[in-house]
Amino acid sequence: MSMMQMNRIFLFLILGTLAVFASGAIEGEVTKQALNMSAIVMFLIFVGATLGITYWAAKRTKSAKDFYTAGGGITGFQNGMAIAGDYMSAASFLGISGLVYMQGYDGLIYSIGFLVGWPIILFMIAEPLRNLGKYTFADVASYRLRQTPIRILAAFGSIATVILYLIAQMVGAGKLIQLLFGLDYEVAVALVGVLMILYVTFGGMLATTWVQIIKAFLLLSGASFMAVAVMAHYDFSFGALFTHATQLKGVEIMNPGGLVSDPISAISLAIALMFGTAGLPHILMRFFTVSDAKEARKSVFYATGFIGYFYILTFIIGFGAIVMVFQNPQYLDVAKDAIEGGSPILGGSNMAAIHLSHAVGGDFFLGFISAVAFATILAVVSGLTLAGASAISHDLYASVLKRGNVDSMKEMQVSKIATVILGIVAIIMGIMFEKQNIAFVVGLAFAIAASANFPILFLSMYWRKLTTRGAVWGGSLGLATAVILVIIGPTVWVDLLGNAEAIFPYKYPALFSVTAAFVGIWFFSITDTSHNAQLEQEAYEAQYIRSQTGIGAEGASEH
Amino acid sequence: MNKELVDKIKNNPDYQELVSKRSSFSLKLTAAMLVVYFTFILTIAFDPSFLGTPLSADSVTSIGIPVGIAVIIFAFVLTGIYTVRANGEFDDLNNKIKNSIKED
Repeated sequence: MSMMQMNRIFLFLILGTLAVFASGAIEGEVTKQALNMSAIVMFLIFVGATLGITYWAAKRTKSAKDFYTAGGGITGFQNGMAIAGDYMSAASFLGISGLVYMQGYDGLIYSIGFLVGWPIILFMIAEPLRNLGKYTFADVASYRLRQTPIRILAAFGSIATVILYLIAQMVGAGKLIQLLFGLDYEVAVALVGVLMILYVTFGGMLATTWVQIIKAFLLLSGASFMAVAVMAHYDFSFGALFTHATQLKGVEIMNPGGLVSDPISAISLAIALMFGTAGLPHILMRFFTVSDAKEARKSVFYATGFIGYFYILTFIIGFGAIVMVFQNPQYLDVAKDAIEGGSPILGGSNMAAIHLSHAVGGDFFLGFISAVAFATILAVVSGLTLAGASAISHDLYASVLKRGNVDSMKEMQVSKIATVILGIVAIIMGIMFEKQNIAFVVGLAFAIAASANFPILFLSMYWRKLTTRGAVWGGSLGLATAVILVIIGPTVWVDLLGNAEAIFPYKYPALFSVTAAFVGIWFFSITDTSHNAQLEQEAYEAQYIRSQTGIGAEGASEH
Repeated sequence: MNKELVDKIKNNPDYQELVSKRSSFSLKLTAAMLVVYFTFILTIAFDPSFLGTPLSADSVTSIGIPVGIAVIIFAFVLTGIYTVRANGEFDDLNNKIKNSIKED
């Protein structure tokens, strides 16, 4: 396809999308509140700007390396912002501030769990990952092992994680947009899917990264404004804010509540969050977008700073919502309150941050935060889809099917096709799961990432005796244990399937499934006496030197 | 990487110094993070009321709030400490190793 043709198709698709959006917007405006016009205008500005970036990025995306890693030329600061953007999804912005709003201190416990994986990633994973890999984490896992089985397993782990995550994001997106913009659920889901396909297929990692950076900046600015507005109300005294909040909701919101009830659950949740983060394919992929290990380290440093700051903001925002939104007649769900009592807010507790934005900044700022929430979903699904598409094109197509004999243009084409397919799957799944209880989905994604992806990746870097047989059996064992324990655990067995009691009593399976994976990998590796296993163990030394020094590692592409 | 080069780097004293220093540094920092986090989360699991204790008699703010914020800041500071040392001292050593290969 020539560049001109591609550009023409691109412009055509942009206009098409805007037309779909415009018609949906008018329809929505009639049925829902008029004040959402400012949200729609601001969202259109965001979409226009990001499509402009995509157009710019498309012209610079000439090879598979550009497509997967933005040519390896992203700086540590930019990548830190993009990683933070991947992590600060709409679910964590609205979900954690909603959790703080409902349960106070428990929201902080939850966000700390999400943060502490980052230092571990820096100390253990980031550098060898950058030095050994090219496009996907399977590059590292299969560095000295047999390509076919390891790539298939790693790609399966990646695609499963990505699709589960996509379902959660799409369903959240549909509901949020329905509520904020007054669009139909299906229109909202389709819109997210189509825009995401545009960003990724045309702009690759370069566009995806910049969309993520811009969104992270907007989200951090908006959240900072809200937190400062809340604190200014109390002369920047936390004591005064907490005193007022406890007067409204009781002193329990200052104490740990029911989030972690017993030590097994506490440890299991901690393991899932920590190792799960280090096994998320869309996060790991970001380390290949920087030029070297130095920039990779800087990216984690900045990302940890941004994410930590963001969680402190969501904590203040949650408390701000308690004092300004809770029991405020303007945001009260009158119909629901009449039946159930307890002063529920419109749209449920996940809307606490959105209502607070209105309370502190009026219609205009509500529009801004709504547009940012939508932008957040778009940016996160784009990153996810790119990671899933890379697993299909780089691991399955180029490395397994074609045994590495494939030219870069062909591989890029396959990943674009994979992106379109994943986008369509995401739209269909998003619509299918509309009415389902999807609380288990993100937990399952983290459990798979922690139990299948992480142990193989970690041991391939640090354990000489790892063999292909060990990785395949142990990794599969971890994966199967995680999936089965989630199914027979409380979230699926009781809440979803309606059984009276769970067969497996804990909500988080990671403690058991991660252990199963490590023990399985250990056992099937040390009992592997094949000639192949011996060669794999002998290859460890050269791999370790490269992982430590970066000698022979992928550099940035020359532009 | 061929066998000859592997042996050469392996026997390079700078390489041995880099690996031993960095491994022990990463392990110490990892241990510090794990100890702090698991102390925090297990305190909640075994004795939830402890973090709920008010800071002072006339305050509603619980001990858990500054402790939680401190864990977040601790995690960030650790990444800073590692990045400064790795991007300085360790990368200098690493460059010496890389230059020693180029020389021949």
